[in-house]
Amino acid sequence: MNAVTPVGAPRHPEHARLYRYDAIDRAFLQERIAEFRGQVQRRIDGALTEDEFKPLRLMNGLYLQLHAYMLRVAIPYGLLSSTQMRQLGMIARRWDRGFGHFTTRQNIQFNWTKLEDVCAMLEALADVDMHAIQTSGNCIRNVTTDEYAGAACDEVVDPRIYAEILRQWSTLHPEFTWLPRKFKIAVTGSPQDRVAAQVHDIGVLAKRDAGGAVGFEVWVGGGLGRTPLLGTKIRDWVPEADFLRFMEAVLRVYNALGQRENIYRARIKILVRDMGAEFAGAVEREFAAIPRDPYALDPAIVAAIAAHFAAPPFAALADEPATYVRARRENAEFAAWTRNALRPHRAPGYASVTISLKPIGGIPGDASADQMEALADLAERYSFGEIRVTHSQNLVLAHVRQEDLFTLWQALGPLGLATPNIGLVSDIIACPGMDYCALATARSIPVAQRISERFARLDRQLEIGELNLNISGCINACGHHHVGHIGILGVDKRGEEVYQITLGGNQGNDASIGELIGPAFSYDAVVDAVETLLRTYVDRRDPGERFVDTYRRLGAVPFREALYAPA
Amino acid sequence: MSSPAKLRPATAPVVFTGNFLSDGRVAWLAGDGTWSPRIAEARVFPAEAAARVPQDPRVVGPYAVEVDLAAGLPTPRRFRERLRVTGPSVVAEPALRLALAS
Ligand code: SF4
Repeated sequence: MNAVTPVGAPRHPEHARLYRYDAIDRAFLQERIAEFRGQVQRRIDGALTEDEFKPLRLMNGLYLQLHAYMLRVAIPYGLLSSTQMRQLGMIARRWDRGFGHFTTRQNIQFNWTKLEDVCAMLEALADVDMHAIQTSGNCIRNVTTDEYAGAACDEVVDPRIYAEILRQWSTLHPEFTWLPRKFKIAVTGSPQDRVAAQVHDIGVLAKRDAGGAVGFEVWVGGGLGRTPLLGTKIRDWVPEADFLRFMEAVLRVYNALGQRENIYRARIKILVRDMGAEFAGAVEREFAAIPRDPYALDPAIVAAIAAHFAAPPFAALADEPATYVRARRENAEFAAWTRNALRPHRAPGYASVTISLKPIGGIPGDASADQMEALADLAERYSFGEIRVTHSQNLVLAHVRQEDLFTLWQALGPLGLATPNIGLVSDIIACPGMDYCALATARSIPVAQRISERFARLDRQLEIGELNLNISGCINACGHHHVGHIGILGVDKRGEEVYQITLGGNQGNDASIGELIGPAFSYDAVVDAVETLLRTYVDRRDPGERFVDTYRRLGAVPFREALYAPA
Repeated sequence: MSSPAKLRPATAPVVFTGNFLSDGRVAWLAGDGTWSPRIAEARVFPAEAAARVPQDPRVVGPYAVEVDLAAGLPTPRRFRERLRVTGPSVVAEPALRLALAS
């Protein structure tokens, strides 16, 4: 064990709801950094080869990309205090090029990390109770959840509690450190699935029975990548006390039976698909064999964790205060922003605000150090010092008073953070693609930029309506292209980039995997192809239909004909 | 290691590339046997040399890249490697300015 200096607790805003580390958590992080510092030094000194060092750096979130190292930092279930966001801004400025990239896993990546700086960066993260552990490798990765947790009107169970329980259970779990492949879990506590539960290795839907007891619906074997598959529901109800025992059983079956020889067949989705109903049977047998008591989730522990996420002290307010109504009436731009950026809040007089990280022509998910620091200030002023990262690469201030919305919007504008495009065609999910990623077969970001520039006019975006357009730079599908209403996948064709288009994907309760529409398009032609698809949709849609609805009703033929019609 | 997934025997002249251990930046094997951040300084080898990848403890994951030669200067044939020469094709700051302008 390395000697470490104890560090004090960071000053999170009093009412920011996040899991607060104790002294043991902090000591653990310091030990971990000291250990990694030794490994880095031995690598620099030549005592460790790259083959020896690579798994060690990956366990600490350090990848080697095309142009530099990349540090992927865990943001547990996307939840940040303003103190943490400010620190991320400081890290971006000091050790990166002044930017960070928020990902579809609700994490953040720094794309210009130096090996010699990485331990200082990890120290700075630890100062605010953050780290980069389990952001890589064949382990259980960051658990994701609903960005509107604790605020959504339709929420029946607060998913943050169970996401945190899973985080603690899975962190350095000795049995699950070397799984056949990486493992992703999403948890939602609303009947409306906002976490894409069906395309995760495990999707958990927390719910309540008639008596109010908490239980979990468990979906297993969803995933994107080379073989996109929707998950299978293997249990309708796991009582709260058995939650970890059941998760343990799923992971054990996977760990024992999952393929390790072929990386393309190693995810749990392949095992679930190949075993069919027998997979659920194997889980149930394993579940029955695990002793109940040692694994039973103690209600006192659940209550202690729930206390971290107690409702902040909401004021007694009324919906639609006069100032807000007047501002909307008198300022058309503000009114336009409120239409897409806001979600109803369970507390009267409040709203959840989604802040677009998709400026027209910008890099989806990127935020500058200045923006991060300013957002930290705004979160403190308007949302109890809390910020959430969404899986669509935006940010959320979950608890904003409606009477503050106009001032907040005025503050966001000069920061480049008031683009009124949430849920519209320019709110594109895009992975880093070949501009950064070593695995990429094509670029994603400039395609997203060109599409958002093509559809820059808000009236045009509003005419098209709700649309998920997702772009991945390779078959690994970090940009979730399979579940975009329009999905774009960049592939390599004889050393040059071309783009395949899939249509009809969707996430949520009626999830579906998009279908390949036909031959790929060149980098130059792909934006025109998207425009053709959208024109076809607008011409053919029935009132109220989203793109995906029209596609499901009409099928691929009219879209294919429009795309590939001879000129 | 950032070598491309698919490797086939080289049919064109090659240069050797990897990433510097200390900062991860792109490195090219130069004529004097050192590694340079500039491809212009890279030594060009015949295709047959591609399999004999030089190793250096300061460079991670070296591999051969096929190049075309124009005025004696190597240009990678694959788009991926050209991007490694130029850096990302996107720059964040103009995007931020765009956001402010729009
Ligand atoms: S989808 Fe491919 S290119 Fe994009 S980030 Fe993932 S691995 Fe990299």
